Amino acid sequence: MRKALLFVAFLFVSAFLLLAASELKSLDPQTQTEIPRFGSPQAVTMDDYFIDHAQGEIAVNNVVTAVVFDYRGFDTLGEATVLFAAVVGVLALFRRLREDER
Amino acid sequence: MKDQGMSVIVRTITRFVYGLIIVFGFYVIMHGHLTPGGGFQGGAVVASAFALLLVAFGSAGLKGRINLHWLQSLEEVGALAFLALGFLGIGTAFFYNLFAGSGGFLFGASVPNPGHPNPGIFTAGGTVPLMNWAVGLKVMTGIAAVVIIMLVGSRKEEAE
Repeated sequence: MRKALLFVAFLFVSAFLLLAASELKSLDPQTQTEIPRFGSPQAVTMDDYFIDHAQGEIAVNNVVTAVVFDYRGFDTLGEATVLFAAVVGVLALFRRLREDER
Repeated sequence: MKDQGMSVIVRTITRFVYGLIIVFGFYVIMHGHLTPGGGFQGGAVVASAFALLLVAFGSAGLKGRINLHWLQSLEEVGALAFLALGFLGIGTAFFYNLFAGSGGFLFGASVPNPGHPNPGIFTAGGTVPLMNWAVGLKVMTGIAAVVIIMLVGSRKEEAE
């Protein structure tokens, strides 16, 4: 019974996903513009800017590093905050064990 | 489980290799603005050397060599340095690259023909290499502290 129910649920979800995927290829009914194919980039303006100007503007050959530490530095600050919170959390959780060691 | 680490083979290879891993990690951090890699990646490589030491020699081998308080303090130093470097350019915008192309001072070397790729000048890039160092310090000490305290803590619970 449980397995049959799971199978029906699986069929339902996969049918829904297939329907959504087939709808993606058609036109958007409101704006009548073509929705891009799955996996093709939608907005390439920023990408092209980074690729064309990153090496010239800040003399950094590694464009990924230029984006991470210069153009999108604020995101990296958030990432560093996540790592900091994780380290502080782990150190606080294992505080009892560390006190035993001393 | 006596927490003696692994076999003689693993310990011998580890003695050879862990210095090379640390040097490679620092190379990845140092050249983050010229070659693939950067602060996060290099810091993770250095932290993996600490994890290898811990696995090969056991927690007893690390006792007295690595101080967790030092690791924690260095992680906070790295975080504060990164934040300070972000605030340096606050006159224009947060995380504005103040030093890039300013002429020699702190990685501000100008590139021969502007608008084209850097031909390999190490002292260029402005705040990007400095942020690489800050984030690298932060990641290597942070991950090392997490790995050490979790492995030591779980082994202690196993022994009890």
